[in-house]
Amino acid sequence: MDPLVLKLAVLIFLLPLATFALMAIFHHRIPRHGDWLATTAIGVILAAAITIFVHAGMSDRNIQVNYVFDWLPLGVSNMVKGGILVDRLTAIMLVVVTLVSFLVHLFSVGYMKDDVRYGRYYCGLLLFTTSMLGLVLANNLVYLYIFWELVGLSSYLLIGHWFEKKSASDAAIKAFITTRLGDVGMFIGLMICYWKVGSLQYADLFAAVQNGLLSEPSGLWGFDWQTLAGLGIFFGAMGKSAQFPLHVWLPDAMEGPTPVSALIHAATMVAAGVYLTGRLLPFFSPDTLVFIAYIGGITALFAATIALVQDDIKKVLAYSTVSQLGYMIMALGVGGYVSGLFHLTTHAMFKACLFLGSGAVIHAMHHEQSMSQYGGLWKKMPFTALFYIMATLALCGFPGFSGFFSKDLILGDTLAYTMLHGHWFLVVAGFGTAFLTAFYMTRQVCLTFFGSPRNAHKYEHAHEVGWQMLTPLVILGTLSLVGGWGGWFEKYNEKRDGLTQIQEIAATGYQSPFVAAALAAAPAAATHEAAAAHEAGVGSETRPTAEAAAAGVHDEAHIIHVAHRTAMGLSIVLALSGIGFGLLMYWQRRSGKALLNPDALAKAARPVYVLLWNKYFFDEMYNAAFVETTHLAARFSARFDRLVIDGVVNFVGFFGKVMGFVIDILDRIIVDGLMVNGSAHAAGFAGNQLSWAQTGRVRQYLLLMVLGIIALSGVILVLVR
Amino acid sequence: MPVGLHAYLLVAAILFALGLVACMARRNAIGILIGIELIINAAIINFMAFWRFGGGVMDGEGGLVGPLFGVFLILLAACEAAVALAILLSLYFNFGTIEVDSIHQMQR
Repeated sequence: MDPLVLKLAVLIFLLPLATFALMAIFHHRIPRHGDWLATTAIGVILAAAITIFVHAGMSDRNIQVNYVFDWLPLGVSNMVKGGILVDRLTAIMLVVVTLVSFLVHLFSVGYMKDDVRYGRYYCGLLLFTTSMLGLVLANNLVYLYIFWELVGLSSYLLIGHWFEKKSASDAAIKAFITTRLGDVGMFIGLMICYWKVGSLQYADLFAAVQNGLLSEPSGLWGFDWQTLAGLGIFFGAMGKSAQFPLHVWLPDAMEGPTPVSALIHAATMVAAGVYLTGRLLPFFSPDTLVFIAYIGGITALFAATIALVQDDIKKVLAYSTVSQLGYMIMALGVGGYVSGLFHLTTHAMFKACLFLGSGAVIHAMHHEQSMSQYGGLWKKMPFTALFYIMATLALCGFPGFSGFFSKDLILGDTLAYTMLHGHWFLVVAGFGTAFLTAFYMTRQVCLTFFGSPRNAHKYEHAHEVGWQMLTPLVILGTLSLVGGWGGWFEKYNEKRDGLTQIQEIAATGYQSPFVAAALAAAPAAATHEAAAAHEAGVGSETRPTAEAAAAGVHDEAHIIHVAHRTAMGLSIVLALSGIGFGLLMYWQRRSGKALLNPDALAKAARPVYVLLWNKYFFDEMYNAAFVETTHLAARFSARFDRLVIDGVVNFVGFFGKVMGFVIDILDRIIVDGLMVNGSAHAAGFAGNQLSWAQTGRVRQYLLLMVLGIIALSGVILVLVR
Repeated sequence: MPVGLHAYLLVAAILFALGLVACMARRNAIGILIGIELIINAAIINFMAFWRFGGGVMDGEGGLVGPLFGVFLILLAACEAAVALAILLSLYFNFGTIEVDSIHQMQR
């Protein structure tokens, strides 16, 4: 436990929260709506995050702080604990989040200049940053879940920032509901964990996995509880990280302001799913990991193909983000903890740079987002173009740029995994995506910055952006270049808890039905396992024994080495050919000098083009399957409501009315007439009749009294006798 | 002939009857007041007579309940006279007369 790190971690969480609270109430009264306040606060915590980062790097322990406290008592003996965890993964995430957040705050000063809800926008950014940092600092799934939902909320608020636009408010709702769908799965996973383990602390969960607390069969599809909980939690990560088939919200989320897209929908929030998967990697069972790898692979390839044909500059980047997130997920699924999170880090830098660059372009072109209206912009905005191209090269995996190192590591891990365990699809997806990525990014750069202007009017008015918008581009562009140099990430993560465990699981645990089916489809992998099993002489038992594993270690290390070398060569070739192919098709296209005509290609492969242009009709499918059925159910409910419920209600109302009428009459006649007024009349009548006796003559009263006494005496005398 | 209880009771009864008749027959409020005084005095005589001849039923031999009540009633009569005269004065101020028959405001 390091007191300095703990204090800084608390500061990192509380400062943006306090600033948010202050701005949420007073942003109308603060000069410039408080943009300087928010930016300064984020700058301060950026410094704190860098301090933690350096501190953790110099320390020889992985976990710097794991501060646990009692949080929520449940019943008599159960106590849900809260806590703060700072290890190297947290330190990296803190720097990524605060750095991108700081630069986006700065960029927004220029980009959002004349916005009607300027202060509200900064409040949203601050709320997002606070929740994201809370998510990263949490040491248990409860806190993570809380902040998970809060980033979802701030994402909703910021996508719908221009809610007067129907498309923006629709997109906000779509993002909210789709991610919530994943969160249902996550909640189920959490409940299974709490039920079986009794705690949601990461450390307790890992210990429970090692002690076999979760290994009993659940009775559902032959999975054990660990697999089910892992799948549930990963379902949440799929929603947040826009994995197939829950990816549909992310492209629509581009309706939000572009800096928001850079911060939330490219660099940080969507990486939360990847972060969660990485954080819980030792928790996932082998089955879950295979599932994760396939989802990642499918997403990567699928989104990359859509990005090939999109016209909106931000949509291309959005699908590219989905694709790259799929990459990271795939890397984690094959056990590549370092490669997946390394790519998360580098991707945050270059994708934020790309989004902010596209923001600069959109700003310069007066909010025109269609690439068919761009062209030749490098003459008007050379600096933006320069850094945009740097980030593009990083994304393409051009040798020397940050993306090259991380992507290369992912491809190497995937190839090694396939060579050891089969699942050839992952390799195809990985390398295919690498090629497609290089191609569509080259296309985008060519269409935007080169060639001749296609909208002369807007081109004339385009201009280079101001320093607030250029500074983030410079910093992020530079980081896209140097962000992978020297293998710092691997060195930084040398001592990582739980990773050996992952390798162990990935190497040994292939017995359950899901994996068996996958193995049958990939015979190459089965042979490896079968050979190992045969060697050990255990017959049908496929788990290799210790000796077999020991014998295989040398081979495995060799294979991994070969795989990484092969992957490096292949990825360079694919990146360069992708870029070259893109240049062939789109360089100087309009002037007719292009060697391959994309329009002709689109015409030749028209069905494919239509399929891709319409994003595999996913929106239409979901619309038909979910939105329409929901509307149908709603209409049915409305009719039922109107006919049956309203009928009953109206009848009850009518019955009450009739009863009221009857009671009113009874009341008036019997109660009022007979009882109340009747007794009053009776008393009045009697008083009237008896009033003759009241003569007012005292002597008469006395006489009567005496006579009365005499009469009574007489009666008594008679009776007594 | 020794004077016994009956003689005292007879005197008291005559006195009571005279007072009652005075109350009923007189129109003048002063007369009625005098009649009331007579009634009270009849009661006092009764008290003294029963005390003298009653054999100490109330308080045994040598008790003084009878004379005490007598004194108490005299006191009461004095108070009554004072209050009644005050009422009569008030009546006179308000109506200009103390003829009770002509004061009949409560009559219907």
